[in-house]
Amino acid sequence: MDTLLAVRARGITKRFGDVVALDGVDLAVTQGRIHGLVGPNGAGKTTLLGLLLGLAVADGGSLEILRTPVGRALAAPDGVAGFVDGPGLYPALTARQNLAALAALRGRAAGVEEALDQVGLTDVADDRAGGFSLGMRQRLGLAAALLTRPRLLVLDEPSNGLDPAGKRHVHGVLRQLAADGTAVVLSSHRMDDLEALCSEVTVLATGRVVFSGPLDELAAENGALDYRLLTSDPAAARRVAAGTAGVRVTDDGGERLVVRAPVPALDALMVRLVQAGVAVRELAPVVSPLEAAFLALTDQQQVEAR
Amino acid sequence: MTTTTLAPAAPRVPVTRAYRFELVKLVAQWRIRLLLLACWLAPAVFVAGVSRQGTLPTDTLFGRWMHATGWAGPLVTLGFAGSWALPLLTSMVTGDVFAAEDRLGTWRHLLVAVRSPRRIFAAKALAALTVLLVLVTGLAVSGAVGGLLAVGNQPLVGLDGHLLSPGDAALKVLLAWLCALAPTLALAGIGLLGSVALGRSPMGLLLPALVALAMQLAQLMQLPVAVRLALPGYAFLSWNGLFTGPVQAGPLLIGVSVALVWAVAATALARFLFLRRDFTGPAHDGSGRRALVLGALLPTALLAVTVGVLTPTAGAAGSGIGQDKVQRSVATAFAHLYRLQTAELNRPAVTEAQLQVTTACDKGSDRVEPEGPGNDWRCVVSWRLPGVEATGTAVYQLDIAPDGRFVADGDGPKEVNGYFLVRTSTGDAPNPLWQFDGNVELLPAPSKG
Repeated sequence: MDTLLAVRARGITKRFGDVVALDGVDLAVTQGRIHGLVGPNGAGKTTLLGLLLGLAVADGGSLEILRTPVGRALAAPDGVAGFVDGPGLYPALTARQNLAALAALRGRAAGVEEALDQVGLTDVADDRAGGFSLGMRQRLGLAAALLTRPRLLVLDEPSNGLDPAGKRHVHGVLRQLAADGTAVVLSSHRMDDLEALCSEVTVLATGRVVFSGPLDELAAENGALDYRLLTSDPAAARRVAAGTAGVRVTDDGGERLVVRAPVPALDALMVRLVQAGVAVRELAPVVSPLEAAFLALTDQQQVEAR
Repeated sequence: MTTTTLAPAAPRVPVTRAYRFELVKLVAQWRIRLLLLACWLAPAVFVAGVSRQGTLPTDTLFGRWMHATGWAGPLVTLGFAGSWALPLLTSMVTGDVFAAEDRLGTWRHLLVAVRSPRRIFAAKALAALTVLLVLVTGLAVSGAVGGLLAVGNQPLVGLDGHLLSPGDAALKVLLAWLCALAPTLALAGIGLLGSVALGRSPMGLLLPALVALAMQLAQLMQLPVAVRLALPGYAFLSWNGLFTGPVQAGPLLIGVSVALVWAVAATALARFLFLRRDFTGPAHDGSGRRALVLGALLPTALLAVTVGVLTPTAGAAGSGIGQDKVQRSVATAFAHLYRLQTAELNRPAVTEAQLQVTTACDKGSDRVEPEGPGNDWRCVVSWRLPGVEATGTAVYQLDIAPDGRFVADGDGPKEVNGYFLVRTSTGDAPNPLWQFDGNVELLPAPSKG
């Protein structure tokens, strides 16, 4: 199983002066998977991504990338590509020149057109990157990373500034890469991006891993969540809800109820509503389970850190 | 045990490829393109334009000979470039070559792409040097082409009045520009240092220009000769010594050597700071306070050491401008220019030896020691003509700058050194003995023989 890991980090610590950026971080990223890295600002996401790219060396712990132990800065194995802190582009060069210069740097002239096409920038290939929007720059940064045909792709906030069409395009590229066996690690503030893309997530808060695993496991971490409930008979529904063990009505907005309950109690409520002849028209979490889990985990960690 | 195949380490990018990458980035900037265009065109237009005007820039060395030969053009350009253009060019090119990555936030991108700060430094320094050399070559070639097209390939009157053949003049012009490359490289090194140490701060960009300005101001002050020679910009002046006979090799070689030592030291310090810079921290802009202190202390120490080394050669104190040297310099220039005047007036030719020129110079009133710069030098020149019993005398007022350059202004008799036009092969020109430039070698005079 270990041989399928693109990244295996154990007990990684990294300090900047007195600031502990990463504190005993474990991370396992499987080949062919998209792994999300979430956490509030300052949680250590960019530092961790920087370590994966070889920009820095951990002060403690062990890191293997593509089955190669990494001990020195800038000694990451071949096949790792990506960016942190935004895509590095030269505004005086056109999109094509940016990629061609990078390709020439690596001694490979081919692949520029293909990379431009993959991220959907062929039409603006001869425009200067200085005039690009943030979303276009993100796509060009992704194209630059694709030039090396990476086996581990590391992206810092790749969805920043993307419009819905651009986001769909980028997500498509990343899914295809994963399907071809590339491991992708990406960071984001936004759980909805990660829900759409990732099979696994690692949640960081103040330099520590507070959760790592499949997304549905993260969703199940929650206790009671708020759900919006719309039924054919709000008054009856309210009575049934109040009489169901583990369910609490937190907001009665007339037509809509908001109930707080763990999943088993919610299941029981549904059964009882149907038995009582109340039709359920809508049942939806007020906040996505992932978002709620994320907020709960990171809030808790930050309170502890204080 | 599982068998694992290790991924090969990412191949290091050769310096040549990184160098090409840096060149592409530099040349893509409109600012650099504009500079290239300006350096290759502006001097030609300036020299050609001025050469056709009635009034010449006589306050710039060789400016008064721009009507006489095309070779004065590149030297006037060099005089101007040494004060303004070259410091500004180095500022714009090397002062920005590292700071640009800070401004664009592309350091991490570049490090991931090249994977070696050493190679990045080498590539950036070489690319900036290449662009700078193309710019300087443009200034020199353009000035020469402008002069040669507008005036022609005529002999050049040297700084001591002797006539240099066109071929000799061309060689000396080339050498003069090569000498000026040394202080340009010193400023380039300082530019790299500023760019590395100060990051995005505009001070980094301005550092070479500010250092050059400070050095120019220092050259205007009355400093001990050793300090003057120890300043890395001295070679912007000491190329003047190429145009005397014999060549004033001492100040020239010292100026070039000092400048090259500065170029190497500043570049090495910039590299030292760059390789120690941490690009991974949350905030990385410039190299931090320690680097700034180091960046300021080491050049100061270098200056002190250079002054110490040069003091035995240059003499402990004093301006280096003494009565004997001034008299010798004026006598030599007068003799050469008298021959030129004789030829231009179609009089019987004489040689410098026949003229037996002697000069008596004094400074200010009798109570002032005849030493040091000032505009109160007065020289009485005496000479003899073959077959003529009487001794001719002429008076000159001298304005001697602290760097040893002087302008001699004829103060009579009018028929010898007054203002009148003489007919030359390139048109009417002022009497060559009326006003002339010269220079006094600041180092102690070598023993005669």
